[in-house]
Amino acid sequence: MTGIAIFGAASAIAQDVARLYAAEGATCFLVGRNGARLDTIASDLKARGAAAATTAVADLTDTTQHAALVAQAKAALGTVDRVLVAYGTLGDQRAGEADTTVMVRELTVNFVSAASLLNLLAEAMIPQKAGKIAVIGSVAGDRGRQSNYIYGSAKAGLGAFALGLRHRLAKDGISVTLVKPGFVDTPMTADIPKGGPLWATPAQVAGDIRAAMERGAAVLYTPWFWRWIMLIIRSVPDVVFRRTRL
Amino acid sequence: MQSFHPRQDYLAWGRVHRFTHHVARPAFADELPGVLAARGTMSLLGSGARRSYGDSGLNADNALIDMRGLDHVIAFDAATGVLDAEAGVILADILHLLARPANGAGTWFLPVTPGTKFVSLGGAIASDVHGKNHHGAGCIGNHLLSFRLLRSDGATVTCSPDENADLFKATIGGLGLTGLIVSVRVALKRVPGPWLEHEEFRYGDLNSFYRLAEESLADWEYTVAWIDCLASGAELGRGIFARSRHADASTAKPAVAAVAPRIALPVDLPSFALNSATVKAYNNWRWRSRSDEPVRHIVPFEPAFYPLDAIGQWNRLYGSRGFFQYQFVVPSPHDKDAIRAVLTEISRAGMGSFLAVLKTFGDRPSPGMMSFPMPGTTLALDFPNTGARTHALLDRLDDIVIGAGGRIYAAKDGRMSAKAFQQGYPMWQSFARQVDPHFSSSFWRRVTEGAG
Ligand SMILES: Cc1cc2nc3c(=O)[nH]c(=O)nc-3n(C[C@H](O)[C@H](O)[C@H](O)COP(=O)(O)OP(=O)(O)OC[C@H]3O[C@@H](n4cnc5c(N)ncnc54)[C@H](O)[C@@H]3O)c2cc1C
Ligand SMILES: NC(=O)c1ccc[n+]([C@@H]2O[C@H](COP(=O)([O-])OP(=O)(O)OC[C@H]3O[C@@H](n4cnc5c(N)ncnc54)[C@H](OP(=O)(O)O)[C@@H]3O)[C@@H](O)[C@H]2O)c1
Repeated sequence: MTGIAIFGAASAIAQDVARLYAAEGATCFLVGRNGARLDTIASDLKARGAAAATTAVADLTDTTQHAALVAQAKAALGTVDRVLVAYGTLGDQRAGEADTTVMVRELTVNFVSAASLLNLLAEAMIPQKAGKIAVIGSVAGDRGRQSNYIYGSAKAGLGAFALGLRHRLAKDGISVTLVKPGFVDTPMTADIPKGGPLWATPAQVAGDIRAAMERGAAVLYTPWFWRWIMLIIRSVPDVVFRRTRL
Repeated sequence: MQSFHPRQDYLAWGRVHRFTHHVARPAFADELPGVLAARGTMSLLGSGARRSYGDSGLNADNALIDMRGLDHVIAFDAATGVLDAEAGVILADILHLLARPANGAGTWFLPVTPGTKFVSLGGAIASDVHGKNHHGAGCIGNHLLSFRLLRSDGATVTCSPDENADLFKATIGGLGLTGLIVSVRVALKRVPGPWLEHEEFRYGDLNSFYRLAEESLADWEYTVAWIDCLASGAELGRGIFARSRHADASTAKPAVAAVAPRIALPVDLPSFALNSATVKAYNNWRWRSRSDEPVRHIVPFEPAFYPLDAIGQWNRLYGSRGFFQYQFVVPSPHDKDAIRAVLTEISRAGMGSFLAVLKTFGDRPSPGMMSFPMPGTTLALDFPNTGARTHALLDRLDDIVIGAGGRIYAAKDGRMSAKAFQQGYPMWQSFARQVDPHFSSSFWRRVTEGAG
């Protein structure tokens, strides 16, 4: 029986990933900020087939709690077979430019705290000599753009960290998959006008994440076409890029 | 923080009405009070999976609360078959859950299901949906233990047959107008297994249909007929009769619910793709391809109950102008004459329907005061939207239906007149007293027009 620990378990994408594992009878350990919501999710996962689902309430920017959370995950799951690091915030770029404290908080949520957590998870998983980790980055990390480079740089940092960790853990039989979603229709993007073929549903993205994590893939662009969109965006020469409003 | 965002892409299944909506998309029930508070001067309406065809689920230039994010199962008791779930849970997810070995794989089934599994629980209640087993099971409203309703004043009301019974009756079939259905407790049905014993055969005329429907009442839980609505004269009403019942095929392995459509139409087809010639050819072929003798098969429930779900977005077959679905019921004992009159009118207009579904309703009353079914016969037809010509035909059909004491199904309607509605649903004024003062819909404004 698979044990999966999910950090940011109330995220729309994370809930759909959890449902896929629940349907196979997994045991789930759910971390998020809102206890009542986590309880709703735990009941849902149990009804959908999870062998068990336990919850822990934490603001993950508080890195001093991370060691205890990892220990709790291990206690709840026995072995930590799967990990999904899903939490994040799409902060307001202009607010970050105007106020460095806001900017640092954005970097802390999306990068520093996740790095702290992953480091401790790795320590806990190495003795198992098995396990699969997925970390949700973003296509926004592929190239710094004026409209969201604070978020983007944090996701880029997280991406380099995840791939470095993957390199390190290869010899221990543990895979790390970096997930780069494009536009996903979730509460995070509620304020952005939607419609058109670029928008994916959380369920679509969740299916891709599960498959890539099980395969042990290094990098997942989801939906797949973002690999090619980002290839183009990365290769636009600076002289041209400077003039765009991307 | 939840608020409303303008969207142009909230269409009903028929794709005829193109409105701007201010849409909120709560992900958890605790966000609902904040959503209600943010409405400003707009009227509110809950939105489900948007499988209603017309404007009963639309609220032009006002607020829609998209309930699909509230799709958490609260509890399922595999011993009693009681499911407690948020209103945004879709039937396909429930079927998936029931197929799990831990839940007795094939022990429990939906007590009533419409012809698509992609509807939400909230939407199913608001239209008080019926299925092919109406003659025995009634509507979904007959199987509800209770639900929680959130009113615009912020009060959450638990409604059941003996608690807040007035709101219970008004909300079932109440088209979303009495408030937001937040969660639902429904009693599922025990079945012998995930398989169906299914028979299909063709028959030659309307009298034969009625004979078959009558004959099948006792032993067949599910009955329906597809008719060739371009057949006329002696062949009027000819079609394919299908009937099924849950089977105990203990040797067969359980069917796994296929949730995702196998193929999907990514774009609108050009609007000439479904014209009277293609419809005629299709209906002819379909009728000729079936045998006169009952052919019995043991089948999984998916293809028998949800044949259309195999093609995602099949509504795009009708092109970008969309289509109307027209479903009505006429009461017995004069139902046969009215059906004959409707079919004659359609055949004369030469505006055949690609899908025409005929079924007799039973006499089990639903608790829903605005519930559509009545003992008699129901016919559902699709018509591509060709503008004035389609409207004129449907108005003529309204006259026949209303004249026969029948009514038109609001879940499928996007055009009936206020008069046709008010005559078909004479209880509408007592229903109106239960409508939440801050809830409304495009449909409701249209059919209560001039009623002050
Ligand atoms: C292929 C197909 C086959 C069908 N077959 C049948 C059939 O056999 N029998 C039948 O009866 N119907 C049938 N229907 C119609 C369908 O079952 C109804 O229109 C149903 O109401 C759709 O539910 P929905 O979740 O899509 O809701 P929507 O279409 O989004 O909304 C329907 C109504 O429910 C209200 N609503 C939705 N959620 C809530 C909520 N949480 N709280 C309060 N109000 C809410 C809306 O305001 C609206 O009035 C069929 C539809 C299709 C597309
Ligand atoms: N949606 C997109 O278009 C998109 C695109 C690329 C990448 N992503 C990434 O995908 C991941 C999932 O996002 P989503 O789209 O599913 O959005 P979401 O539903 O808004 O989920 C984000 C989750 O992160 C949690 N979170 C934020 N800060 C936290 C903190 N300090 N401690 C603990 N939890 C915290 C939130 O918890 P609360 O509920 O308590 O706020 C929320 O559950 C994120 O990493 C996001 O950056 C999303």
